[in-house]
Amino acid sequence: MADVSTNSPRLILTDTNFRLWLPLFWIGLIAAAALFAPLIAPQDPLAQDLMMERLPPFFMEGSAPGYWLGTDSLGRDVLSRIIYGARIALFVSLIAATTTGIFGSALGLIAGYYGGWADRVISRLVDIWMAFPPVLFAVLLVAVMGTGLGSVIAAIALIDWTRFARVIRAETMVQARMDYVDSARIGGARRAATLVSEILPNVMPSIIALLMLEMGIAVIVEAILSFVNLSISSDDPTWGSMIAEGRGAIHFAWWVLLFPLIALFMTVLSFSTLGEGLKQHFDPVLK
Amino acid sequence: MLLKTVFVRLLTTVITLFGVAVVVFVLVRVAPGNPIAMMLPPGATEKDIAALNAVYGFDKSLAEQFIIWLGGVLHGDFGTSITLRQPVAELVLGRLPATLELSSVALLLALALGGCVAVIGARKRGTGTEVGLDLTSGAVLSVPDFLWGLIFVLVFGVLWPVLSISGRVDPRIDIDFTTNFYIFEGLLRGRLDVVGSTLSHMLMPAMSLALPLAAMIAQLLKQNLKEALTQDYTTLARVRGFSETAVILREALRNAALPTLALVGVQFTFLIGGTVIVERLFAFEGLGNMAIDAVINRDLPLIQGIVLLFAALFTVINLLVDLSYTFLNPRLRHG
Repeated sequence: MADVSTNSPRLILTDTNFRLWLPLFWIGLIAAAALFAPLIAPQDPLAQDLMMERLPPFFMEGSAPGYWLGTDSLGRDVLSRIIYGARIALFVSLIAATTTGIFGSALGLIAGYYGGWADRVISRLVDIWMAFPPVLFAVLLVAVMGTGLGSVIAAIALIDWTRFARVIRAETMVQARMDYVDSARIGGARRAATLVSEILPNVMPSIIALLMLEMGIAVIVEAILSFVNLSISSDDPTWGSMIAEGRGAIHFAWWVLLFPLIALFMTVLSFSTLGEGLKQHFDPVLK
Repeated sequence: MLLKTVFVRLLTTVITLFGVAVVVFVLVRVAPGNPIAMMLPPGATEKDIAALNAVYGFDKSLAEQFIIWLGGVLHGDFGTSITLRQPVAELVLGRLPATLELSSVALLLALALGGCVAVIGARKRGTGTEVGLDLTSGAVLSVPDFLWGLIFVLVFGVLWPVLSISGRVDPRIDIDFTTNFYIFEGLLRGRLDVVGSTLSHMLMPAMSLALPLAAMIAQLLKQNLKEALTQDYTTLARVRGFSETAVILREALRNAALPTLALVGVQFTFLIGGTVIVERLFAFEGLGNMAIDAVINRDLPLIQGIVLLFAALFTVINLLVDLSYTFLNPRLRHG
């Protein structure tokens, strides 16, 4: 796309650094919460106390000390559940995004470099996969594989590999025509070796940017599956299951929905801003 | 040349649809839990199970089963829902209008909203307003429909309860629908109360679906408008005394719209995909909500039918977008 943004003022807000540091700060915060959950959480996230049900957050009348963000309809502390929920959210996003990235990028590299039949088969598979609504596909896969974190991670990888495959295929095709690839081949490198040692490092920035985006998507997918009660058991604190409970109790205890929603919102926004920021950071044309 | 393009495109569509059928069949067949056992009352004998297996063809090889199943699908026979005990085709077609209405309203909202923001952004190019709009649309774009829906539930369910947050129409309204297109039928029968109630129930789910797409339209259309505004024909229009807004609306928009429409076509399928969870969130009685119920109840024939319908819808929309782009774009037409 032609660059016509030369007449836009360059404000500090559009600066790439700002776009990278702010989301990194939030993700760092969430990661710290996940790592040190037992030390930080004021209450036991699983402890039910029906005498303490639906306590409002600290700034409202009727709140109880130690229950900063209130309690849900079983008397469980909302803040502690959000802190423990960060563990599941980050674990799923890290493992699922990495699995998806390795699987999808490998297929993209093969399709883009070898072309021919490999490309035709992989591209047709991508077409078929793109015909499924992702959420429905995820729900169906988890139903087939059974609920649990493993199924959630497998479902994300099985659905979203196309995102990596499409982008990396296109980039590999561009890279494969570059002179450095020819010179490596003339120097006697085998095709597979050229792909791994010459092309892969050059598409790596795109893979990393996509990984960030994928981590945001994984957090959302896990929350959606928890929301429809298809992730891990509903006792375990996940942001999605808290949101589902909050949706049901919206007219009595809105805080059960609001606070996990803020955590989810900020995390998803951070990952996608980070992904977009990295994409622009690595792209010499957009820079 | 054009005929060949169309033919190749049709052929790939058929291959894709066949692939979709294979994937759905395999997935549902490897699912744990015997569907036959679920159809029989408790205490059924081995003989009963074997008899029903034979009726449904489960005693044949997988390849044979696939051919029998595909033959049925091609004749519109999608089997019978295990939990609802009605033909899947009937159930699915009964819910399809709700989802189509929701997605169409969402698409119109996205076009209107995204179009307005793009025009304002192009008009105010180079100012703080443009930067503000860019930042807003960037943030709106990164937040998926599910989260927008939850935000709307909180805002309009708790803070400012003016809109209903569940259902498709006010249950107190007394009308027997002959079709399931509530808006369309309400308009035809002059029942504006029905149209109003349906639209007010639909506004929040439709908005949740529309916002990310609206942001995408706003960004791309603005970019294309700005490019068009550097061209000679827009300069000429300015020289002839048209105001900047008139130049944008009368000259630039026409040329900037085509690439945006191509994007909208592709993104429309993602919007339809989003209805699955958004319908669930707002207890909206469409296909997506039914699909999640079907998965929870392990109603395999129903899941199969819904997934196939969605996939066919996606593939056909993509085909139509590609074909219309080929016909509309003069460079591709003569290429």
